[in-house]
Amino acid sequence: MLAKASEVGKAEAILLGPSPEDAAQTLAKHGASKIYRSVDAVYRDYLTLPAADTVAALIQKHNPAVMLFASSYTGRDIVANLCARLDCGAITDVGDFELKDGSVEATIPALGASYQNTSTLLNQGTKLLVVRPKSFEPKVNEQPLAVEEVPAASDEALRKVHMKERVVVKREGPSLEGAKIVVSGGRGLKGEEQFAILKELADALGGAVGASRAAVDAGWVPYAMQIGQTGKTVKPDVYFAIGISGAVQHLSGMKTAKYIITVNKDAEAPIFQYSDFGIVGDLFKVVPQLIQELKKRKGA
Amino acid sequence: MNVVVCGKVIPASSVTIEIDSNTKRIARKGVTHELDPAAASAVEEGLRLTEKHGGTVTLVTMGISDITIGIRNALAMGATSAVHILDDAVAGSDTLATAKILAAAIKKQEFDLVLCATESSDSYSGIVPGQIAYFLGVPPVTFAKEIAVDGSKITIKRQSESGYDVVESTLPALVACSSGINEPRYPQLKGIMAAKKKEIKIYTAADLGLSPDQVGEKGAREKVLTVGRPPKRQAGKAVTDEGEGGKQIADFLAEIKVI
Repeated sequence: MLAKASEVGKAEAILLGPSPEDAAQTLAKHGASKIYRSVDAVYRDYLTLPAADTVAALIQKHNPAVMLFASSYTGRDIVANLCARLDCGAITDVGDFELKDGSVEATIPALGASYQNTSTLLNQGTKLLVVRPKSFEPKVNEQPLAVEEVPAASDEALRKVHMKERVVVKREGPSLEGAKIVVSGGRGLKGEEQFAILKELADALGGAVGASRAAVDAGWVPYAMQIGQTGKTVKPDVYFAIGISGAVQHLSGMKTAKYIITVNKDAEAPIFQYSDFGIVGDLFKVVPQLIQELKKRKGA
Repeated sequence: MNVVVCGKVIPASSVTIEIDSNTKRIARKGVTHELDPAAASAVEEGLRLTEKHGGTVTLVTMGISDITIGIRNALAMGATSAVHILDDAVAGSDTLATAKILAAAIKKQEFDLVLCATESSDSYSGIVPGQIAYFLGVPPVTFAKEIAVDGSKITIKRQSESGYDVVESTLPALVACSSGINEPRYPQLKGIMAAKKKEIKIYTAADLGLSPDQVGEKGAREKVLTVGRPPKRQAGKAVTDEGEGGKQIADFLAEIKVI
């Protein structure tokens, strides 16, 4: 987002809550010409309200043309609060945008990416955009470090939603979001145990295992593995869709992968429309053979 | 404990969603509708909480007359009553206008807890719940995967990027439920029969004290400029497995230099 912001104008960033020593430095390195910071623990210990309060105050003071937020749990919550508070609109799920004489034109993949829309905001003042993950390539664009400390939100009324505990659910291998290779399974896997062969394939390639909503709804794998409109968005180099038909719900989470490889027994499955390479066949034969072949070639 | 569930009735999953090229909105008139599965999860959660702690579940929703079928579905599941904001003037509302309308309708109900879906399954902006919470003056907790109520305290397990957070708030509050928080029940015949007699209150924007320039297209801050189909990805090669499928994939991986 800093790369894109630097491209359309002067980029500044807001950094709230306790953060690693070099966080501000990292922001400057990627193009932030100024960083508004508060290291107060209130932002860590209480959800949404303190951060929204501080961001709103900064918007009112500096009146930026555009404010970008990541499509994260926190990002969406803060934007929702800001819209209501500042009586302004917001565009969510933005894939790209441009500025035209003070107005903003955003591109949004809509309805599970079966359509692409463009939208604008009619309100005066700052335009709020919630950006899809991985929409822009990060760039190194070193700026001199300029940090302005801002007063922390201190109103007692903002301390309503208390963060009691953060539970990290351990995952093996690379995270889905960061993996260069993602191996996903769907209804065609037929059960929980069969996901083991996908894990084996992912391990052979140093990748992560994902799933379609069908497999998650069936209870075979946890929600954290779901890729699609209501799950995660991934953009790996190679995406394996194994036993996945390719519902729009799923496509919207993975169709920007560089290469899509498909194995499905149904030649009419919509996923083949999006594949770079597809095998029409029995995944329980094709995948084990592929794993064998990978092992063999690695050994050679 | 009284629960208001704020959810949407949307074109049924069997319907291919079409966009009206004039209004640039989802075509809804005359289309088969159903209770959004995401809203059904919120209704289910409300029912479970009131079965445990007592109280009522009221569905608050907005839309054209075609959505009655979905409202009846929530009532058949067990919701006590429903509020339907039915007014041509609200068509074209963006997230902010929608939140203003829903919040105004919720304010007319008695509630300790408002439950929403994290996002609807047809437009999924995911920011309406947070806006409603602001207008109601209650704390928002989103992406809930588990909810427990103890007196005036509510504890939520909330999805996070790395697992989940345990967060606590006082009631009244607004909680947005993530998909998979529960498995919504299917209405039983008894429920379906009972639903026919349950009350659906109808409000217009004016009933809620909202002026015409606050709602619908006039109240919207977001304007859709164009809708279109994105360029299709060029479909690549697909071959039928004749015993060499796995090897062929390995060859492809070698070709694109992954192995």
